[in-house]
Amino acid sequence: MLKIAKSKLNDLYAEIAKTQGLMLPIKNAGEVNYAVWEEGKEVSLETLKTVKSPKNAFFPQSENMMKFKTEGKNIEVIDVRKDFVEEGKTFVLFGVKACDYKAIEVLDKVFLAEPVDTYYKARREAATIVTLACSKPEESCFCGAFGIDATAPCGDVTTWLDENYLYWQANTEKGEALTAALSALFENGGEAEVAAQQEKTKAILAKLPFAALDLSRFKPENLNDLFNDPAWESMSEACLGCGTCTFVCPTCQCFDIRDFKTNEGVIRFRCWDSCMYSDFTLMAHGNSRTTQMQRFRQRFMHKLVYYPSQNDGLYSCVGCGRCVNKCPQNLNIVKVIKTLGGKAND
Amino acid sequence: MKDVELKMLERAKALLENGEVARVIGWKKGEFFFDPSPATFESVEELENGFVYNWFCGANLSKYLIAASKKEGKTAVFLKPCDTYSFNQLVKEHRIKRENIYVIAVECLGKLNIEGIKAKGLSMIESVEVDGKDVIVTTAYGKETLSKPEVVLTKCATCTKTHQVKDEEIILHEVPVRDVDRFAEVAKLEAMTADERFAFWREQLSKCIRCNACRNVCPACSCVKCVFDNPASGISAKANDDEFEEQLFHIIRAFHVAGRCTDCGECSRVCPQNIPLHLLNRKFIKDIDSLYGEYQAGETSEGKTPLTSYTEGDAEPKDVFSGEAK
Amino acid sequence: MIEETLIPKIGVITDIRKDTPDVKTFRVVGTDGKKLFQHMPGQCAMVSVPGVGECMFSITSSPTNQDYMEFSIKKCGCVTEVLHAMEVGQQITVRGPYGKNFPVEEDFKGKDLLFIAGGIGLAPLRSVINYVRHYRNNYGKVVIVYGARSKDDLVDIEEIQTEWVNEPNTEVYLTIDRPQEGWDGHVGFVPAYVKELGLNPNMTAVLCGPPIMIKFTLAGLLELGFDKSRVYTTLELRMKCGVGKCGRCNVGDKFVCKDGPVFRMTELDELPDEY
Repeated sequence: MLKIAKSKLNDLYAEIAKTQGLMLPIKNAGEVNYAVWEEGKEVSLETLKTVKSPKNAFFPQSENMMKFKTEGKNIEVIDVRKDFVEEGKTFVLFGVKACDYKAIEVLDKVFLAEPVDTYYKARREAATIVTLACSKPEESCFCGAFGIDATAPCGDVTTWLDENYLYWQANTEKGEALTAALSALFENGGEAEVAAQQEKTKAILAKLPFAALDLSRFKPENLNDLFNDPAWESMSEACLGCGTCTFVCPTCQCFDIRDFKTNEGVIRFRCWDSCMYSDFTLMAHGNSRTTQMQRFRQRFMHKLVYYPSQNDGLYSCVGCGRCVNKCPQNLNIVKVIKTLGGKAND
Repeated sequence: MKDVELKMLERAKALLENGEVARVIGWKKGEFFFDPSPATFESVEELENGFVYNWFCGANLSKYLIAASKKEGKTAVFLKPCDTYSFNQLVKEHRIKRENIYVIAVECLGKLNIEGIKAKGLSMIESVEVDGKDVIVTTAYGKETLSKPEVVLTKCATCTKTHQVKDEEIILHEVPVRDVDRFAEVAKLEAMTADERFAFWREQLSKCIRCNACRNVCPACSCVKCVFDNPASGISAKANDDEFEEQLFHIIRAFHVAGRCTDCGECSRVCPQNIPLHLLNRKFIKDIDSLYGEYQAGETSEGKTPLTSYTEGDAEPKDVFSGEAK
Repeated sequence: MIEETLIPKIGVITDIRKDTPDVKTFRVVGTDGKKLFQHMPGQCAMVSVPGVGECMFSITSSPTNQDYMEFSIKKCGCVTEVLHAMEVGQQITVRGPYGKNFPVEEDFKGKDLLFIAGGIGLAPLRSVINYVRHYRNNYGKVVIVYGARSKDDLVDIEEIQTEWVNEPNTEVYLTIDRPQEGWDGHVGFVPAYVKELGLNPNMTAVLCGPPIMIKFTLAGLLELGFDKSRVYTTLELRMKCGVGKCGRCNVGDKFVCKDGPVFRMTELDELPDEY
C-alpha cells in the first residue's frame, strides 16, 4: 500500500492533470459535483454525496450524437463521435464512492450490452477510476442492503482518506499504470491505518437505520403482485412529477433523443430523461402511463424488479441515499422498499 | 410544537368523524422525524398511523388543492401563513374551488432545513429541539446547539407573513414580531455591476440539472401543460447543457409567474442544487412594488392585479428603464 | 471506428403511394439504389426526418423483396406529417432492423394461419402475409380478415384484391364499419365478423390493430376455442433508441423494441397491464 500526505494532494491532482483529464468532486457556488479539475478549484473529497453522481462522466446529461447537413432533397450524416483513447484524451475519475462505483456496473449492463453504445464505451475505456472508501456514512446511506462494502470499493485504484493521509492501492493494470506515473509522490505504508479506519466505519455502517432493509419480495415471480399493490397510490400521492430523484440517481439511465436545428445543420443529441415526466411515454395517439402513480411505480418497479429480472438479480439501486436527501417531498426508494420489500421491514 | 400537532390531529379526526370533510391534507411522518411528506388522510386510522406536524413540515400544501378541490366532498387542509397566499392566488386564478376547501390556519414559527443542519457537519441526527433562537441537535456523536436563523428554510428567514385565509385557526403560541427586510438580498444584487450580476447568476444557474422541481412545486406554475413539456411548442426541451437552457428556462419562468408569485419560496426549498431561485421572483416583486405601488400577490382572492390591469398612471417603459418610476 | 446502431443510414424515397386519406406507403432504397438492410417479418426500423424527429415503423414489405423496403405510415404526429408532405427523391434516414419477428420459420411452419388486421394494423401483417405467400408450400391454409372504418381506409386494397384473393388455399374476408355506397362486401366490426365466420380454432392467429379491436377480437377467438399460446400480436409504445437502452418502451421485464414488438398472448398475460 502507498500513501500521500493530505497536504500534498494538490500536487497529485496537478501531476495527473499534466498528462490527462481529471474529474473529481468540486465545490461550485456552494454545491459539490464532479467536475474537471483545474488549479485553484475547491476540491471536496470529504463530501459524502455529491449532488449529481459521477455517471455524467460516461453518460453526460446532454451529448451530441451526430450532425445532419441537408441540401435540397439530400441528407448527409456526420459522425461526431470521439475516440478519446486514440485522441490521447484519457481521464481519471477520482474519489468515486463504493455505491457510485457499483452504479457504474449497473450502467455497464445497459450501455455495454449488444448493440454496444459506442458513446458510453468510448468514455468508459478512456477512464481510470480511483475510488474512495467512506469513513463517515450518514443515516440516508443503505449501500449495505445491496451487498456493497463502503469501506473497500473496487475500481482501478482504491483509496482511503484520513486526517493526515490518502492511502492508495492499485487493483488493475490501468491502476498500476497510473500509480507508476505518480510514483515519485508516494511513500509506502498505511495498512494498519486503513484497517483501523475500516473497522471503525463498519461499526457505524452496522448501526445505520437502513442497514437491514428486506428486499426479499422483489423477485420476478412477484412482478404482477407488486405492480398491482394498492400501496402505490398512497406512496405516490405527494409526488410532484419532477425529475430530481432521476437526475441525482447514479443508476437512472433513461434518455431522450432530440434534434436541434442550427445554422450549420441539424444536431441530434441525447439527454437524460425521466420516467417521472408526463411526456416520457407520450405518443401521437396516446400515452401508456397517464397518471403520476403509474410513472412513480414504473421508476421503482424498474429498479427493484424489472432490471433485476433482466440482469441476474442485480438491483438497479445502490443505496446511495441521494433520493432520500433530495426529493422535495421526501418520497424515496427506502419508503417503497419498507412498504413492499418484505416482512422483515415491518 | 407537539401541542399544536395534537390539537391539529384532534381537529382532523373530528372533521372526518362528523363527516364535515371527506379528507384532510396534512403531513405524514417519514422514515425519520425530519422527512415528512404531504399526504391525504381519509380515515381516523390513517391519521393515527402517521399524521405529523413539526419543525420540518415546510412543504406548501396549497397546490395539492387544485386536484383535491375537484374531488367529491370537502377537503380540509392545514395552511401555514405563507401557504395561504398561494391558496388565495390559486382561488383568484380559478384553479381551486374555494367552496370545496376548509382551511385550518396553523401556526408556524419558521421551519427548519435539515440540509442546513447537516451542512453544519452533523449526521446521524437523533432529535432536534427548538428553544427560542436555539436549535438543539442530538446526534449519535453528541449534542450541538445551532442558531435557528442559520438553519431555517430560506423562505422562512425573511418571512413576516400572516394568515390571509382561515375557516378556523390553531395558533397556540405567540409569533414574535420580526423586523426583517426580505429585499436585502435583492438590493445586494442590484448594487452589483451588470457583469458581476451576470457572473453571479451564471455560476448559480450552471448548477441547474433541469429536474423541474422548482416548476412542479410552484403554486403559480399551474398550467395543465407547461410550454417546456409540450412537443408542439417548438421549445420543449430537457437538455441543460448550454447557457441558453440554464438561463432562459428560469428567466422565462420568473416572467411567467411575475405578479402572481406570492414569494412562498418553495422553488428554493426544493432545488437540489440550492440555487437561490426565489431571488429572481423577489426582484420582480420589488420592481412591481416600486413601479405600481406595493402589491402582495395572494393577499386576497379577488381584485385587480397590477400587471393585468391598465391604469393611466402606469409606469411608462421609459420610466422603467431610466429608473425614475415612483 | 466501430459501428453505432444509433447512427442511421440514408434512405431515398423512390415511390409514394396514397393508400387511404391518411395512410401513405413509402418505398425506400439506399443511396446506391439497393435495399438498405435485410429483415424478417414483423421487425421494425427507425425512420427519421432530421430536424423533426425519429419514429419506429414496422417494415411492411416482405423480406423476400430484395429490391426495396416499404413503410405504410399513417399521418398522426409531427414526423408522419412531414413524411406525408414529401416527394419522390427526398432522402430520409433509416436504421434497423429492430425487434423480434413473427416466428415464420419456427412456430408458423406447417400451420394453418389466421391473420386479423384493423386499419393501419395491416402494415406489419402485410410483411408476414407476403412472406408466407412467397414460401407458400411451407404453410397450410391462410385466412385473412381485414377491416377498416370505410372502404377508403383499407390499406393496400389493390394488392389484396388482385393478388391475395387469387392465392391458392387462401381466404380473404374484408369488412368495413358502416355501410357505404360502392361497397357490397361485409359490414360490421372485425371482432363480430371473426365470430360470425366460425373460424377453425386450430389455426395459429396473428392480430394487429387498435387496442380495442385486439381486446374484443381476442375475446372472440377464445370463445371459439383458440389457444392463447398460438395467438400473436404486436405492441406499440414510445421508443427513442430501438435497442433497449433509452428505457421508454419498458413494460415489466420487457422492452417492446428489443423483446417485441411481436408477443404471444400468453407472454402478454405475464406482463403488467400498462401498454
